[in-house]
Amino acid sequence: MISAYYLQVMILVGINIIMATSLNLVVGYTGQLSIGHAAFMSIGAYTAALVTLNLGLPFALSLLAGAFVAMLFGILIGMPTLKLKGDYLAIATLGFGEIVRIVFLNLKITGGAVGLRGIPKETTLLWVIVAAIFTLFILKRVLKSRVGRAFIAIREDETAAETMGINSTYYKVLSFGVGAFFAGLGGGLFAHYFRYIHPNSFGFMRSIEQLCMVVLGGLGNMTGAIIGALLVTSIPELLRASAEYRLVFYGAILIIMMRVRPQGIWGEKVVAGRGGWRDSKLFKRWTNNDRKLKGL
Amino acid sequence: MLEITNLSTFYGNIQALHEISLSVKEKKIVCLIGSNGAGKTTTLNTVSGLLNPASGTISFAGKNIVGTAPHAIVSMGISQVPEGRRVFPRLTVQENLDLGAFIRKDRSAVKEDIRYVYDTFPQLKGREKQPAGTLSGGEQQMLAMGRAMMSRPKLLLLDEPSMGLAPMVVKEIFRIIDEINNDGTTILLVEQNAQMALKTSHRGYVLESGRIVLEDEASALLENDEVRKSYLGE
Repeated sequence: MISAYYLQVMILVGINIIMATSLNLVVGYTGQLSIGHAAFMSIGAYTAALVTLNLGLPFALSLLAGAFVAMLFGILIGMPTLKLKGDYLAIATLGFGEIVRIVFLNLKITGGAVGLRGIPKETTLLWVIVAAIFTLFILKRVLKSRVGRAFIAIREDETAAETMGINSTYYKVLSFGVGAFFAGLGGGLFAHYFRYIHPNSFGFMRSIEQLCMVVLGGLGNMTGAIIGALLVTSIPELLRASAEYRLVFYGAILIIMMRVRPQGIWGEKVVAGRGGWRDSKLFKRWTNNDRKLKGL
Repeated sequence: MLEITNLSTFYGNIQALHEISLSVKEKKIVCLIGSNGAGKTTTLNTVSGLLNPASGTISFAGKNIVGTAPHAIVSMGISQVPEGRRVFPRLTVQENLDLGAFIRKDRSAVKEDIRYVYDTFPQLKGREKQPAGTLSGGEQQMLAMGRAMMSRPKLLLLDEPSMGLAPMVVKEIFRIIDEINNDGTTILLVEQNAQMALKTSHRGYVLESGRIVLEDEASALLENDEVRKSYLGE
């Protein structure tokens, strides 16, 4: 059987797939730069853990409770902040993430700076796999629908989207809410695997790590987000042999990646079926069909 | 159909429109001509709800639409082709047209309208799967107009359809504007190319520094000395 170490890495990869794909919905498909995704994860984690500890509900219900509360906060935070654009939105989501962390650090019910302990270990690899498949299934359904088209139109040109009759505020908040729902789900799984959560487990760096997965894999592409989650989770583990230098190597890999493939590993696959591998320079050089692709 | 009364719009402290009034009758083409910065685009953006006026009323089909959100105005039957076309560059021609029909739920009628757009804009035929960003300027203008038609507007707002296009293409665009109008759509047109605009329109307004200085039948404006001197280069 698999060793405990590999099992833990696999579970982390699964949780990160949920985090990266849900963040991709907001950043990659709707074009709203959020760097507070870990805050929704922590809301889900604390809610699910508290429900399990205090109410003793079945695991699935705790997870759902965490996801719904995270979504509620996603919608509440989204309404005022999504009127902001680009960098301003990024700063606002960053501020929100810090507020959540500090609130959890000071609340009694969440254990304050001590963190929350003794959460029963409910998360298994099977749970994570089922949750990840559920996440991907719902996200794919959303993206293929009318709602998904509205998200993409807003990303491409918000003013033009408005002139198409798309209520951009409504759809941006919706995207934020759905993203937060799955971030909360990931948080619940996280809490019930490590059995101990602390506000600093969901700090700014975790949000950035999740953003790295999405950008590294390729914005606006679900396969890319999955690959990004896999790599960002496993590369530091693979580099363990190089001991204290591993984070240096890790950083170097990120820099090289962005230099060589700024569109991410899987590229930008738009609904049109463009992008991805076929749109890469290398592919074009090999096949010399650059002109064909441009329709010349 | 569209009645604008004493409309004033500001950008911060700067007043871009000074109590302008104009009216667009059903099934007509009305053009708004004037130089850069006269307030033409501001007028259209105020009608479509992208900008909020400080005072005045805009009544469409008898209802005051001031303060209505842009997406709701589209549902009421006003569709705008924004300045610079603004097609969704990475989406295909077909996807752009589908988004134009976003507010509609009658799928079979939408299919028919897509056929109408391809018939009206033959240049777009055979390009369904091509990303809009790879079209030429003229084709993008046609796509933007076709996309706006997909919501079945009663009133079409056109912002500088001739901008940056070759004379031949401009001619073709105006031929199509005339055709769309003949098929029953009312049009409010904003143009720097006064010659083409007045030739195609029924009625014209001349805007200068946010004020309407002249209004008349388009054919009369074409003969007007001042218009000829200032806008027709004679």
